[in-house]
Amino acid sequence: MTSVAMDGEALAGMVRSIAEHRDQTAFVRLFEHFGPRIKGFLMRQGASDSEADDLAQDVMLTVWRKAGQFDPVKAAASTWIFTIARNRRIDVLRRERRPEPDANDPLLVGEPEPCAETQMSTAQIQVRIREAMATLPPEQVEVLTLSFFEDISHSDIADRLGIPLGTVKSRLRLAFRKVKALVGDEFA
Amino acid sequence: MTVKHHPSEALLLAYAAGHLGEGLSLLMATHLTYCPDCRAAVAEAEAVGGAVMEESAPVVMRDGALDALLGRLDAPAPEARRPAPPSVTRRRPASSPARAVQGGIALPAPLKSYVSDLAGARWQWVGPGVRQLDLMQRPRGRDTARMLRIAPGRVLPHHGHEGLELTVVLQGSFTDEQGRFTAGDLAEIDRDGSHQPIADSGEDCICIIGTDAPLRFSGWVPRMMAPMMGF
Ligand SMILES: [Zn+2]
Repeated sequence: MTSVAMDGEALAGMVRSIAEHRDQTAFVRLFEHFGPRIKGFLMRQGASDSEADDLAQDVMLTVWRKAGQFDPVKAAASTWIFTIARNRRIDVLRRERRPEPDANDPLLVGEPEPCAETQMSTAQIQVRIREAMATLPPEQVEVLTLSFFEDISHSDIADRLGIPLGTVKSRLRLAFRKVKALVGDEFA
Repeated sequence: MTVKHHPSEALLLAYAAGHLGEGLSLLMATHLTYCPDCRAAVAEAEAVGGAVMEESAPVVMRDGALDALLGRLDAPAPEARRPAPPSVTRRRPASSPARAVQGGIALPAPLKSYVSDLAGARWQWVGPGVRQLDLMQRPRGRDTARMLRIAPGRVLPHHGHEGLELTVVLQGSFTDEQGRFTAGDLAEIDRDGSHQPIADSGEDCICIIGTDAPLRFSGWVPRMMAPMMGF
C-alpha cells in the first residue's frame, strides 16, 4: 500500500476519532490539511478571499458536527469533505437548492450488491483515481480539472480554451471513461 | 424498470461538481433515483472532485481562523442546517410512502418538495392534449422546471433553446429524433439542439423538463404558443 493510501486512511481515521471521541487534536490536524485546500479550491471557483475563508471554516465546522455521518465505506474523507464544500457553496453563494436522490426513497432503484471480496477501500480508490488522472493526456486533465475548479459552463471552458464545445465534451467523456476504467469495476 | 437513456459524462461531472442550477439538478436527481449506474458514476465523479480539491494549491487561512473555529465547536448547531427551503411554497412535510402515490403516479423523493399534490394541482392548458405545471414558480437562478402531461399521440411544440434542456419521463413514453424514452429515461438536448417529442403509448406521457436558459420556438404555431407556455 502506498503512502497516499495510508494518508487517506489516516484522514478517515481522524474523522472517525472526532465522531467517537470529540477528538480536538484530530480536528486540528484535519483543519491544517483541508482548510487551506478548501479555501484555495473555493477561490478557484470564484469566491473572494474572505468568502472562501468563511466558507472553509463553515465546512470544517460541519465536519466536526457531522463526523458521525461520515461513512468510510461509501467515500474517502476528501470526497466527503468535497461534497460538504460543494453544498455549502451552492447554499450560501448561489442561494439555491441542489436536489439529490434520497437513499430512503421507496422508488429508488437499488444497485446489485458489490462483491465484498474484490472491493477496494475508498482510500485505495482515491489512490487509483489519482494514478489514473496522472496517466491522462494533458488536454484531458485540463478539461477534467477545469470542470471542477471553475464555476463556469462547459461552453465557457470551450471559449477559454479556444476549442469547440464538442471537443470539450468529448475530452471530458474520454477522460472520465478512462478514469472509470482504470479504477475498475470494484468501485461501488 | 430498465433505463436506456442516460446523461452524458459532461453532465454527470457538472452535477457532481455542483455547477448545475436547481432546475437541471432536479432533473438529474430524478433520473438518479431510477438509475444505480449513474449514481455510481456521480459517486466516482465526486471522488475525482475530492482528489482535485485535495490537490488544489492551498491558500493560507486568515490569522486566528483556527482559534475562532475551535471556539465555535461546542456552540449548539443551528436548527436549519438543511439547504434553504424550496422556492415553491406548496411544500408538504416529509410524506409517508403511502402518500407517495399522487394523481395515479408515484413521485420520486426529489420532486415531492416541488409538487405538493399532483391530483389537486392546477394544470395549465398549453395546447391540444398538452398541460403543464410550473415546478419553480420563484426561481432563484436562471433554471426552469416544469411537469408536462401529454395525451397519447400528441406532440410537444417544436422548440430550440440557448442552453441545455433535460427531460425525464415519469409515466408513459415519448419518441423524438433520438429514440424512444420510457419511465426513468433522461433526454439531453444541447445548445442549438431541437426536438419534437410525440407521446406514443396508450396513457398520458408525464414528464419533467428542465432548462438552464429560456426556450425558443420555431414555426408560426409554436411561436404563438410560446407565451402561453411561459417558456
Ligand atoms: Zn443513468
